[in-house]
Amino acid sequence: MLTSILRSPLAAPQQLHIPDGFLSAPVAILAWIVTMAFIVAAVRRSSQTFDERLVPLMGVLAAFIFAAQAFNFPVAGGTSGHFLGGALAAILLGPWPALLVMTAVIGLQGLIFQDGGLLAMGANIFVMGIVTVWTGYFGYQALQRVNRYAAGFTAGWLSVVLAAVVTAFMLALSGTASLGVVLTAMAGVHMLIGVGEGLITAAALALVKAALPGMFGEQVTGRKSDAGTIIAGGVVLALVVGIVAVFFASPSPDGLERVAEDKGFIEAAQAAPFEIIPDYVAPGIANETLAGVLAVVLGTLLLFAVGYGIARALRRRNHRLAETPVEVDQ
Amino acid sequence: MHINVLDQFKSGDSPIHRLDPRVKLVGALAFILAAALTPDGAWLAFLALFVLWLALVLMADVPPGLLLRRGLAALPFAAAAVTVLFTLPGQALLTVQVPLFGWQLTISDAGLVRFVTILLKSGVSVLMATLLAATTTFPDLLRAMRGIGIPKVLVGTIAFMYRYIFVLADEALTMLRARDARSAAGPAGQKGGGTVFWRARIVGGMVGSLFVRSLARSERVYQAMASRGYAGELRWLDKPRSQTMDIVWLAVLVLVLLLIQLWARLIT
Repeated sequence: MLTSILRSPLAAPQQLHIPDGFLSAPVAILAWIVTMAFIVAAVRRSSQTFDERLVPLMGVLAAFIFAAQAFNFPVAGGTSGHFLGGALAAILLGPWPALLVMTAVIGLQGLIFQDGGLLAMGANIFVMGIVTVWTGYFGYQALQRVNRYAAGFTAGWLSVVLAAVVTAFMLALSGTASLGVVLTAMAGVHMLIGVGEGLITAAALALVKAALPGMFGEQVTGRKSDAGTIIAGGVVLALVVGIVAVFFASPSPDGLERVAEDKGFIEAAQAAPFEIIPDYVAPGIANETLAGVLAVVLGTLLLFAVGYGIARALRRRNHRLAETPVEVDQ
Repeated sequence: MHINVLDQFKSGDSPIHRLDPRVKLVGALAFILAAALTPDGAWLAFLALFVLWLALVLMADVPPGLLLRRGLAALPFAAAAVTVLFTLPGQALLTVQVPLFGWQLTISDAGLVRFVTILLKSGVSVLMATLLAATTTFPDLLRAMRGIGIPKVLVGTIAFMYRYIFVLADEALTMLRARDARSAAGPAGQKGGGTVFWRARIVGGMVGSLFVRSLARSERVYQAMASRGYAGELRWLDKPRSQTMDIVWLAVLVLVLLLIQLWARLIT
């Protein structure tokens, strides 16, 4: 009975946690290798920024993200909006500490609550830590000058949608699902869920700005993106593109194992960009998948525009919220 | 809420509980890797993995029913794999009409085999993870993570997170209760309080507020630690001992898993 209390609403199921068994061994292991490289870099860089305060600060903030994921709000038809937190953490703390925080959250959820697998944990950290953090960070940086809250909304929305897209590709690469269907389903659902994430991120930013005006902006996000952060962002982008490219390099999208058997993984990865075109004209599944991908890209752009418009419209409201004195201890 | 709710069976005394935590963590990972590598349709191999799990559970003297119930947690994710039923080329088994859309979906034999295989892989993996979590105390898990080379800072962060989850969860629940008491949710069946955007903004405010409180708390925690001599280095009490018996356990487990793998490849 005690476990059930703890499970709900605290361990509310997160839609993106991949359990073990759904990823093939090569996909899961590759994801672990990439993730470990990022974690080691994050540890090194965060240690420099926060020196001896690092562990207590990151630990308490990781507990914050875990607890904040319990917050939900009713949307419609019995579904509810949840909060993932990667983008907000990246905006408030910078990408490297945010990655540490998200890694701790996902690690504990997998180890203690069996929320997400152990072998699949590398992939889960890649999707919900690395992808959300860097999308959130650069999404916010790009639009910050236009409007802070529109930037927060966009960052939150994009982080969730891109995470869902990457998850769909990983599942398809593992031969667990057919790309066209899983991509449409995952991206579609998370374009809606992402609106909740975006609104929560923007509103949370407004409150933090009101409660801690001195800390916000200058010290926390005012740090210029340095070379390492930008390179890491480029690596994330290249990986996402790479996952997509490897997929299309395979004549019949039947899992990474097939690619590995046919050509050896490295060769396939290198050949990928040149093989996209021939595969496009191949009949059958390739065309179907292409249509799915095109639909998703167009849909993403469209919803991006709509979301941006909504955020602009909400701008005045957020300003009003920001001006209201905030009672931190209620 | 108290930290002990998670620790019901962790302090038990059995051969499994007494194992070196590193052996348990590596063993569980090896088991899950073996499950991931098992070929499609090797039903007897999955049965063997389940029997191996059951043997370990009986040795650990933990109620298997509890672990089985917890193991169902991953089941909803199966929806993600449903598509392989229809898309994998193979002999047609059954054609389903979807009336609303006028679709005709054909379940292939290869698709069915793949789908059931994914469910079994996921099932045995989650069961092993629950067994690990149920028989290992949290400090032991942390020690095991250090033992397999997870960076010290990350392990320290996870340790602190575990300590403060329950504190912040209580704050989060208080805020949820406060929101509900102030009409964000109406009486049963009635929509309460404003539009979806309004509700999302309220939740955003709660998240922001919790962040501000957490930041202040982390500062107090740091100061309390600094006043007790903390200088950025987390100290761990004892180095994990590794006895010959632990090595033997791991070797036997890996050998059994290898044999199951070989056998699985022979029977399919």
